[in-house]
Amino acid sequence: MEKRAIFDNKLLPYALLLPQILITLVFFYWPASQAVWQSFLIEDAFGTSSEFVWLDNYRDLLSKPDYYASMLTTAWFSAVVTFLAMAIALLLASMANKQISGRNAYRTLLVWPYAVAPALAGVLWLFMLQPSLGVLSKLLRANGVDWNPLLNSNHALIMVVLAATWKQISYNFLFFLAGLQAIPRSVIEAAAIDGARPMRRFWTIIFPLLSPTTFYLLVVNIVYVFFETFGIIDAMTSGGPARTTTTLVYKVYQDGKLGGDLGGSAAQSVILMAIVIGLTAIQFRFVERRVNY
Amino acid sequence: MVENDRLGAWIAHVVLIIGIVILAFPVYLAFVGSTHDAATISNGQMPLTPGPNLVAAYEKALFTGTSGTTREPVWTMMRNSLIMALAIAVGKIAISLLSAFAVVYFRFPFRQTAFWIIFVTLMLPVEVRIYPTYKIVSDLGMLNTYAGLTIPLIASATATLLFRQFFMTVPDELVEASKIDGAGPMRFFVDTLLPLSVTSIAAMFVIQFIYGWNQYLWPLLITTSDNMQTIVIGLRKMIVTQDALTEWDVAMATAILAMLPPVAIVLLMQRFFVKGLVETEK
Amino acid sequence: MASVTLDHLKKIYPGGVEAVKDVSLTVPDGSFTVLLGPSGCGKSTLLRMIAGLEGISSGTATIGERIVNEIEPAERDIAMVFQNYALYPHMSVYDNMAYGLRNRKVPEADIAARVNEAAKILSIESFLKRKPRELSGGQRQRVAMGRAIVRDPQVFLFDEPLSNLDAKLRVQMRLEIRRLHNRLKATSIFVTHDQVEAMTLADQVVVMNAGRVEQVGAPLAIYSRPASRFVAEFIGAPPMNLLRGTITAPGVVSIKDGLRLPFDQSAFDAGIGQTVDYGVRPEDVAITDMPAANGATEPSHSMTVDLIEELGSNRVIYGLLAGSGFALVTRTGIASADRVAFVLDPSSAHLFDGESGMSLRHAV
Repeated sequence: MEKRAIFDNKLLPYALLLPQILITLVFFYWPASQAVWQSFLIEDAFGTSSEFVWLDNYRDLLSKPDYYASMLTTAWFSAVVTFLAMAIALLLASMANKQISGRNAYRTLLVWPYAVAPALAGVLWLFMLQPSLGVLSKLLRANGVDWNPLLNSNHALIMVVLAATWKQISYNFLFFLAGLQAIPRSVIEAAAIDGARPMRRFWTIIFPLLSPTTFYLLVVNIVYVFFETFGIIDAMTSGGPARTTTTLVYKVYQDGKLGGDLGGSAAQSVILMAIVIGLTAIQFRFVERRVNY
Repeated sequence: MVENDRLGAWIAHVVLIIGIVILAFPVYLAFVGSTHDAATISNGQMPLTPGPNLVAAYEKALFTGTSGTTREPVWTMMRNSLIMALAIAVGKIAISLLSAFAVVYFRFPFRQTAFWIIFVTLMLPVEVRIYPTYKIVSDLGMLNTYAGLTIPLIASATATLLFRQFFMTVPDELVEASKIDGAGPMRFFVDTLLPLSVTSIAAMFVIQFIYGWNQYLWPLLITTSDNMQTIVIGLRKMIVTQDALTEWDVAMATAILAMLPPVAIVLLMQRFFVKGLVETEK
Repeated sequence: MASVTLDHLKKIYPGGVEAVKDVSLTVPDGSFTVLLGPSGCGKSTLLRMIAGLEGISSGTATIGERIVNEIEPAERDIAMVFQNYALYPHMSVYDNMAYGLRNRKVPEADIAARVNEAAKILSIESFLKRKPRELSGGQRQRVAMGRAIVRDPQVFLFDEPLSNLDAKLRVQMRLEIRRLHNRLKATSIFVTHDQVEAMTLADQVVVMNAGRVEQVGAPLAIYSRPASRFVAEFIGAPPMNLLRGTITAPGVVSIKDGLRLPFDQSAFDAGIGQTVDYGVRPEDVAITDMPAANGATEPSHSMTVDLIEELGSNRVIYGLLAGSGFALVTRTGIASADRVAFVLDPSSAHLFDGESGMSLRHAV
């Protein structure tokens, strides 16, 4: 779609674009290309000279078991959080979409966690699940669970999943609610006249019609778990115990903080970029095909 | 419909109330934590109802800070967070309005290129290029400055895309009427386009304010001096995971304080926020 | 006030589409000229070229004494009323009308005087402080006109301004626009696809088709002497009956199945053997009694009735004549519901060339 009515002006549009393009080039393209370039280099210990080594950094990275472990953690973490956050949000949105009293109040009371910082969400849940003083920890212990996320990696993962899911429900809820409201009532009424009971209506009519929203959220949630949960992990487990909650992004951060292997760190960044670009590309392909429309 | 009977409505109410309670419980507990003294909490003796320590905890958080880890008072951190959130929100909106205006209302060589240069940034959050970006900010001498904290985060395509989308819906005839009325491009931008964009701007403001306020990894790297740290970072530094040195009462008061501004903005501007959020992404 | 002259005007879009093909036209000073044609005929493009909203690919446009090809819309001394009114939604009615004057640095006192006067003419004084969204369609229409009037331009341009109104309001606004023109005597160019609007408003109608001007003339001249088959079909409702045939004798067109229709040979340049389209307006067809009933000597025709449209004041009768659709309008009832007889007056016949579609009538 293009505008018919435009202004003729030779220089003005460039001047208008300048601030954003300048900032984008300096803080976006330049560092991104630096990362790509550095991923092909090895620096000596003093950082005085560097050598072009083709894919050695990548080969190095992919030969290390802890990189795979981190990949696996990220994948598991993404899958569980995405599923939980979307399923719970869909349930709440379907209920909030009914013709019940107080719908607006319910919506208001369900959206606010969107505004809570991930790191803050981590702190809130840590306060409940901290082994020695957490309210929920006490409850678990009283029921015979030896709850200790500081030592038990499964416990640590569960804790991180809980906080990450809690934080993401509102966002998914808003989108599902908007998606549900966009489904014409007449379609659902037609299904009711065709004899479909509520549950059947949901799975055969509503859920398929929601698929563009669902697919969009799927990608957004995966990206969320990849990047924004950094704060949650840093606040709750710092990647531990024994690096079992270290996601790919957290690993980039930790390896970089230790300093040293610039090339390896750059290679990790490049792999991450490739993953996000891949995800976004898939998303655009599907959005273009308008899943189910 | 007929099945939308009392039972269905009751189920809906019950499910929604359970959802609300689950979402609110951690925050309630944090509030309760901020009303008991640190020793009670550390002993694991904290009851589920508010205690008497409220004023003391908030006073200490706001004006003194914790004794051990970060000695900055929280109001300094809040000021830093506020500056960061405002600068990011206002900066993004300003540069995005201008670039969206250029892309939609002019035809010029490299227009598509410019659009793609901006568009691609949508795909790469700052986290993936964190160290090279850090290095550039450090080379430019912008560590521990508000500029270093905000400018690199201003470059993003979200706002540009939203405004572009909105501008596309403004009728062509308004431009033509303005031309006949003797208004040039900038006059049209200021007199007509900006007033019409108020809702989109408000929506973008909410989203970007929250984005800015909640930043974590970036300020963690860029701010090393305590008086520059944001409240989210400050809170994180108050939590000492491995031992009982955490002053939980002050930390929880800080958590509540850190939540207040963004949650208030979302609740007060809910209408704009929901519209902006759902429309940006579609 | 000023006249508008278009000389060999062309509009070719970058894709190669020719929206306006070589249009030459004069709009006399003070006239109300209507550009009429089906959608996509180039009439709006032509208007927008005069306004300066579209570039001119070749040819010249002159307003008054000035060639305006390279002049900005704001400098052309024109005002335009848009189809969707294009009112600034965030400004009050007053500000909408004042905006163009303010951009021209007209003193506020003059602006107030001009806005108030225009508001009085259009009777919109009572809602000058309101926003466009608080107005009805008809009121918005008036504001759009007011915005044009306060500018006191040399030329008014109207781009289908009535098409967003409901039928009743459209008739009312049509009358008001014409009254306003009678009062202001400003040169006006009005684009529409509605022939009734064109006939009722115009001093001069310009019928356009596929980027070209088909005919220019007074409404009545266009109706009674259409220059081409296109104009003949486009003007008039129900449209003119057209039957393909060959001239077999002076004043006689033979269609087929032995149907022979009369025309006034002296009015046309048409020879024996020529293929023509014979045209007659439904309202020029005179109904008569069935031949068998009166045994009349008058040459009459008859056809089977397919459908009758009752319009109250008159009725349209549709049938088939020599295999083609044929309509006639009558004020009286008909004797039989299934067959009707009629006579054709040679002087009301039109002839168009079978190939070019141009009228074969002698130049007057």
